[in-house]
Amino acid sequence: MEVMPKWADVVLVPLISLVLAMIISALVILGIGEDPWAALKLMVQGALGSPYGWGYTLYYATNFIFTGLAVSVAFHAAMFNIGGEGQATLGGLGVALVCLALPWPHWALALPAATLGAALFGAAWAAIPAYLAAKRGSHIVITTIMFNFIGAAVLNYMLVNVLRPPSSMDPASAKFPDGTALPSFHDMFSPIIAFPKSVPANISFLIALVACLVVWLLIWRTRFGFELRAFGKSESAAVYAGISPTKIIMGSMLISGALAGMMAINTVQGEAGRLVLNSVEGAGFIGIAVALMGRSHPAGVLIAAILFGFLYQGGAELALWMSIPRELVVVIQGLVILFTGALDNMVRMPIERVFLWRRRSRQAAGE
Amino acid sequence: MKDLADNSAGAAGAAPGSPPAIELRGISKAFGPVQANKDISLSVAKGAIHGIIGENGAGKSTLMSILYGFYKADRGEILINGQPTEIPDSQAAIAAGIGMVFQHFKLVENFTVLENVVLGAEEGALLATTMSNARKHLTEIAEEYEMNVDPDAVIEEIGVGQQQRVEILKSLYRNAEILILDEPTGVLTPAEADHLFRILRGLRDEGKTIILITHKLREIMDVTDTVSVMRRGEMTATVKTAETSPEELAELMVGRKVLLRVDKKPAQPGATIVKVENLRVVDEDKVERLKGVSFEVRAGEILGIAGVAGNGQSELLNVLGGITAATGSIQINGNEIDLTGKHSDGRSRRERSIAHVPEDRQRAGLIMDFTAWENIVFGYQWDPAYSSGWLMDNAGIRAETEGKMERFDVRPPHPQLAAKNFSGGNQQKIVLAREIERNPDLLLVGQPTRGVDIGAIEFIHQRIIELRDAGKAILLVSVELDEIMGLSDRIAVMFDGRIMGERLPAETNEGELGLLMAGVTNGENS
Repeated sequence: MEVMPKWADVVLVPLISLVLAMIISALVILGIGEDPWAALKLMVQGALGSPYGWGYTLYYATNFIFTGLAVSVAFHAAMFNIGGEGQATLGGLGVALVCLALPWPHWALALPAATLGAALFGAAWAAIPAYLAAKRGSHIVITTIMFNFIGAAVLNYMLVNVLRPPSSMDPASAKFPDGTALPSFHDMFSPIIAFPKSVPANISFLIALVACLVVWLLIWRTRFGFELRAFGKSESAAVYAGISPTKIIMGSMLISGALAGMMAINTVQGEAGRLVLNSVEGAGFIGIAVALMGRSHPAGVLIAAILFGFLYQGGAELALWMSIPRELVVVIQGLVILFTGALDNMVRMPIERVFLWRRRSRQAAGE
Repeated sequence: MKDLADNSAGAAGAAPGSPPAIELRGISKAFGPVQANKDISLSVAKGAIHGIIGENGAGKSTLMSILYGFYKADRGEILINGQPTEIPDSQAAIAAGIGMVFQHFKLVENFTVLENVVLGAEEGALLATTMSNARKHLTEIAEEYEMNVDPDAVIEEIGVGQQQRVEILKSLYRNAEILILDEPTGVLTPAEADHLFRILRGLRDEGKTIILITHKLREIMDVTDTVSVMRRGEMTATVKTAETSPEELAELMVGRKVLLRVDKKPAQPGATIVKVENLRVVDEDKVERLKGVSFEVRAGEILGIAGVAGNGQSELLNVLGGITAATGSIQINGNEIDLTGKHSDGRSRRERSIAHVPEDRQRAGLIMDFTAWENIVFGYQWDPAYSSGWLMDNAGIRAETEGKMERFDVRPPHPQLAAKNFSGGNQQKIVLAREIERNPDLLLVGQPTRGVDIGAIEFIHQRIIELRDAGKAILLVSVELDEIMGLSDRIAVMFDGRIMGERLPAETNEGELGLLMAGVTNGENS
């Protein structure tokens, strides 16, 4: 028998964690002499109070959905892929190479090609650690994190020596052709909701939603997903059942890398329109927190990604309008990650005890 | 239910009027929703061997863990020699004169016997004095109780029976007056078990009190003076061993009458299904685990592999089941199968109609976090029957699971329940339902009733025999000699990676098999 009902596991525990993180954050803000209530209002107003705020919140959320799904898929196979950062970096390179390769006539052609490029480059970057893990037993955490650094260095080299237009002093690629520009929320929703022209959210948000659905189908409805979850739960049982560990490790990591790489269509093609240094901006790491908080389930990942999008956008507003320094905003984001991700058990265990106590007293009453 | 009042009624050697060595009063302990011990009272007389018997999950181990200070009881009190005693940790238990010999020994493998005995009981910062004192003391104890162990032997180099003696010596060295042994014979040959029982009787005659936890009725009848039966966390009866019978104890354990004997017709062996020749396995540490094993199993017969755990039986099952690579040859229905290459995995074996009920259902046979319906296709998920197009036919699988759960009497019959929430017996029934209903030509069965309650054992044995009678070949591996004797049509005994000989159950006995299990063959050729 499960100790807690499912709703408590999925909704109550993250919610209480979040409230705890907010309380500590409020204390920190009080500590520097600001008003936490005003700060919260400003964050909500700035991130969710206008189409402008939503346009940014969902732009960040798109990144986090992709990287969160990437971590989740690998996690179901008991692979802790913390190389999302590097895989997304390489995904950006893939997008740039595709976008610059042809004078694309229309985004509807450029988008599938760039998505494919992003996925391939991201998957390729995950393939090497995956191969080392499957064949040589290297620890996936160590190799993927090392590949983040190598990925950053590769991007640096490519931008400075290969992709930089000869006349430019900026380590960035040339501007992509106009035919690659993705429809933004402003273009897509203008008659119904007036998103300002400046908001970066674009059609890749819809691709992220599709990715959620595809990942859900993959994990819970396909044979490969069945084998992947079986392997993740018990390698010895998987081997008994004739499931090849190599196939699962490679398969799950390639899919994971591809998802992380696909983040780049949002940032590189959708927002920047060219490849710059550090376009990932830590979204690969946020993906870990998103997957943890979302219980590695696509629906949970979607909600957690929007929450972190809110924190990013609301945090930016805080730094802009109150005398709360940018670093403190990072502290607040860190507290949320700490409570929802790392300290999960701290909240879970007392709640489990409450449910146990309630059940036992009900049983005692029934006897 | 037997009267609990006759608990303390005299056991051998108890001085009249002296308080019992151990008395438990109203012990209760719950783990979450599970009530592991419910208001248990027990009294064990000084100088007696007291058996505690019960099915898996009946609460025996929990009770002993409370006595040894691993768990704290929710309610109740413990009296040692009439004195109320708090046992918050194992240090306190040792101080109260309680020693415990665990099912899985707690010895440092690369230490000597002497070092292991001293470990945790060092007298000062310098080892030299401790060691010389300990050597003297240990020799005295060993002589007193006739337990010969070389103090300078390294643990990993001595046999399991000797290792167990070291565990007992460890407790005696700490002046234990009460010795608790948890399933002590699981790893022993019949001869080693007999030796252990001699030691225990000797200890009793010296005035020590012994508690023996086991699920084997025969041992209880052999060696105990009194016996308590536990069922579902409760102490259902305490009786004098001389006044009871295995049948009565079994009934008390399960709560209904059970058939202890396996009922079956003589085998009608047909064509050879599987032919194994010169099978060899070398493990990761370059140790040869199978040293040229050859045998045949025919349609409609059960070949039982007897042997003490760790003599190559697991490797044999794993090779046949496609988990371990090997050299040699295996033919199924006359066709050679791949032992090392691309088609040597579990899936290829299943496609060749070999079904495998693994020895360890929790680590191999089931995914404990998966639901029953996911587990019922586990290993066969590639079968097109379980898919519709790209996706798995989950609704169809669930419907099929309901039928299988009903036919194999899996309780509760809920396909949505996770495997970990079923009892051991019902978990095993899920695995058996999956493998037997594939109607395989060859069924590999490892430890089919390990950790399974007596009621379910009967059912599982019947299903295996039904499959045999349907003309299928069955290879049975079990460390329970009773099970091998009861189910098999032929018995092969394994020792040290070899088959020491084959016997017919009607023409052999436990003594002879026990000798073969210990590697003694009297120079015969087989």
